Amino acid sequence: MGTSVVEALTLDAITKRFGALTANDAVSLSLNEGEVVALLGENGAGKTTLMNILFGQYTADSGTVRVFGKTLPPGNSRAALDAGVGMVHQHFALADNLTVLENITLGVSSLLSPSAGQSAARDRIKALSQKYHLSVSPDARVGALTVGERQRVEILKALYRDVRILILDEPTAVLTPQETDDLFATLRLAIADGLSVIFISHKLHEVMAISDRVVVLRHGKITGGVRTADTDKHALATLMMGTEATPPEVSQSTPGPVLLKLDHVATPDVGNAPGLKSVSLSLHAGQIIGLAGVSGNGQAAIADVVGGLVKPAKGRIEIGGSEIDRWTPREAVKSGIARIPEDRHKTGTIADFDLTENAILERYGSTGFSKAGWLNWRGSRAFAEAIINKYDVRCPGADTPIRLLSGGNMQKLILGRVLEAAPQVILANQPVRGLDIGAVNYVHGQLLEARARGAAILLISEDLDEVMALSDVIHVIADGRLSPGFGRGRMTPAELGLWMAGQGFEIENAHAS
Amino acid sequence: MRLEPINNPSFARKLVPPALALSATILIASLLAMVAGANPFSVLGLIIKGAFGSKFALLETLNRATPLIFTGLAVAVAFRAKFWNIGAEAQLYAGALITVLLGTGALAWPSGVILPVIALIAVFAGAVLLLVPALLKTRFGVDEVVTTLLFNFIFLLFISMLLEGPLKDPMGMGWPKSARLIPEASLPRIVDGLRLHWGFALAIISALCVWVIQTRSTLGYEMRAVGLNKQAAGFAGIPVNLVLVKTALLSGGLAALGGFSEVAGLKGSLTLDLSPGFGYTGIIVAMLALLNPLGVVIAALFVAGIFVGADSMSRAAGVPTYLADIMLAVALLLMVLAIMLTRFHVVRD
Repeated sequence: MGTSVVEALTLDAITKRFGALTANDAVSLSLNEGEVVALLGENGAGKTTLMNILFGQYTADSGTVRVFGKTLPPGNSRAALDAGVGMVHQHFALADNLTVLENITLGVSSLLSPSAGQSAARDRIKALSQKYHLSVSPDARVGALTVGERQRVEILKALYRDVRILILDEPTAVLTPQETDDLFATLRLAIADGLSVIFISHKLHEVMAISDRVVVLRHGKITGGVRTADTDKHALATLMMGTEATPPEVSQSTPGPVLLKLDHVATPDVGNAPGLKSVSLSLHAGQIIGLAGVSGNGQAAIADVVGGLVKPAKGRIEIGGSEIDRWTPREAVKSGIARIPEDRHKTGTIADFDLTENAILERYGSTGFSKAGWLNWRGSRAFAEAIINKYDVRCPGADTPIRLLSGGNMQKLILGRVLEAAPQVILANQPVRGLDIGAVNYVHGQLLEARARGAAILLISEDLDEVMALSDVIHVIADGRLSPGFGRGRMTPAELGLWMAGQGFEIENAHAS
Repeated sequence: MRLEPINNPSFARKLVPPALALSATILIASLLAMVAGANPFSVLGLIIKGAFGSKFALLETLNRATPLIFTGLAVAVAFRAKFWNIGAEAQLYAGALITVLLGTGALAWPSGVILPVIALIAVFAGAVLLLVPALLKTRFGVDEVVTTLLFNFIFLLFISMLLEGPLKDPMGMGWPKSARLIPEASLPRIVDGLRLHWGFALAIISALCVWVIQTRSTLGYEMRAVGLNKQAAGFAGIPVNLVLVKTALLSGGLAALGGFSEVAGLKGSLTLDLSPGFGYTGIIVAMLALLNPLGVVIAALFVAGIFVGADSMSRAAGVPTYLADIMLAVALLLMVLAIMLTRFHVVRD
């Protein structure tokens, strides 16, 4: 380190309590100019609260925030903005019906004459996107952009406002490996120009790749701070968990009979999302089939078909050898398909329902939960409590609204809900997105146990590492088409990457013709 | 100033803001009474006395609350599933229309038969009336706020047409008024000699039924799930559109039962001023009750008490009855604010 280190950001003994819960307990953290500090911690460790305090969304009970030596007035997000602090949230804050340009200048441009200075703004955005390799058209409508592009807009928005400190909350959770590499390249360029970054992530290899220092938060307290160069993934995982985390062992599988079969299934496109193009897929008992692919290439379509939300326009679905005709979510559940949805907040649970009500969401009509249209609350509650115990859902009780639970605990409830029905087939759509390592290993362990029991599992994930670690057979989905299945270890990530980019399909077509 | 959500509001936190809202409503009404040149304490006293102070006053309030319980329930049931039924007014008139169509001589059965039959057909009519907006919404995505609101005007004009034409009472001396119900089709008084009729009991029973349906039945569970998160409900296999249609049928039926009760229990015939906006006031009642069916009974008594009390106060103190409308409006606005404060902290920057 040189002598002219400028401290960009200082959090000094920040404490924040919510009732009995201490979300941040005297947390101190400093960030130097041009430095990347990774903030690592399990779900519910207090990372988001800390960032909300820094950004003025919450007011700390005690402690101060200083930006370039100047103390920020607490609880004023305008002050943080004006001091040059920007944040890209995990869930983007963009208006879908506005253009990229309008989104970026929103809040900066005058309300009375919003179109004034538009061409100057457009030039500036173009210059910024060129400089930092953030290719996105200023006049594109945000609703039509991919997730990766939307994130670029968020980063452009921050750069446009000349932020000097950028906070990235789980920025790679929604990105493909290539997009992550692009993001890191952009960040490195900006950091060279003096940008300071706080990088919040669960993914240890990314933390290792991008950060200068790692600060670990556990149960609201700083439990460790190390220079990235002096540590490794294993040590970080131990710091974060408090104990050593071991990923579950994956043994060889012994595939059984076909439980679910898609036979030349096609669905129409939905907006920009491609539908399925004559997809055939067989799910065998005791086998995990992984579906790899770049986001938005038909994963949603195949999940909707298997989950009963969409009936194929063409082709057949067979369960246990016989073709089905009626196909609704209820039919799918009845047929023994367990569905772990992609978005546990919006589709997996009802936020204001308590754990009991969420536990019976798919099966409230079956015996044990209701009789002749009247609910059996006692039985339902017992079911919820059984899930809470068996799947270690951390919560104050079965009558807690599920919105108060962390993402990991929410996912455990969903897991319990679907696995307790002893399903034949499990559709796991992004089952560990946004979860910490402890919860990831738990979910993966449960899937592997279900495999050992003889369930057929379709694992859809945009995380190639996850797909490669768990799957007995990998298919790549690209533009609604499905690649042939590749057995465990047969393909390298680079080879799968070619298929993900759509290249293998052309070769296959050339062979076919 | 900003709002921060409270995760687990304490009991006091749930109770204090609504109590403050009520106090502030009384304070503002007092100020207005002073502006009108009256002693605020005597005005408030007169309102309370006029609403609950004597047997006659109390029965009058209960009578006035009866249609409000029905429309309040209709709105509460629909809003719980986020089906915005603004048309309880029309559905109430649908029930009233069936009552005079069948109860003025078309059916000549004993009371024990004719009353349940008319009530059931009235419920059916109200349900069917709301079925149209419900199907327009689930099939074509037409906003039910617009359709149900406009249905009020269409249906009232339709009633007006009938009362000026085929339904006009030949003995009515030219007034737009239907013939009177036959005695068998009238709801008896609960106690002989007192004006309170069995419609009030029917309203209380309806509130209990709705409460049981909402908390115990699968339909109630489905309705709440659809109201809170349509996407998750649909994913889980709840037939969202079917639930919305069932909700609409229940809601329309409840409002229509209010029309039946009002004609068969109180008025005896149909006129265009059968409802001084019961359908719209039902929205206030439901909101004040936080959409809780049992709360609807209390809120309806509160609202009815203000109206009845203000009428009597106006005669005694010379303050216009508009004070009642202002009190209701203020109470509603402050209550909405109070409800927010039970869920959020105000944080000063």
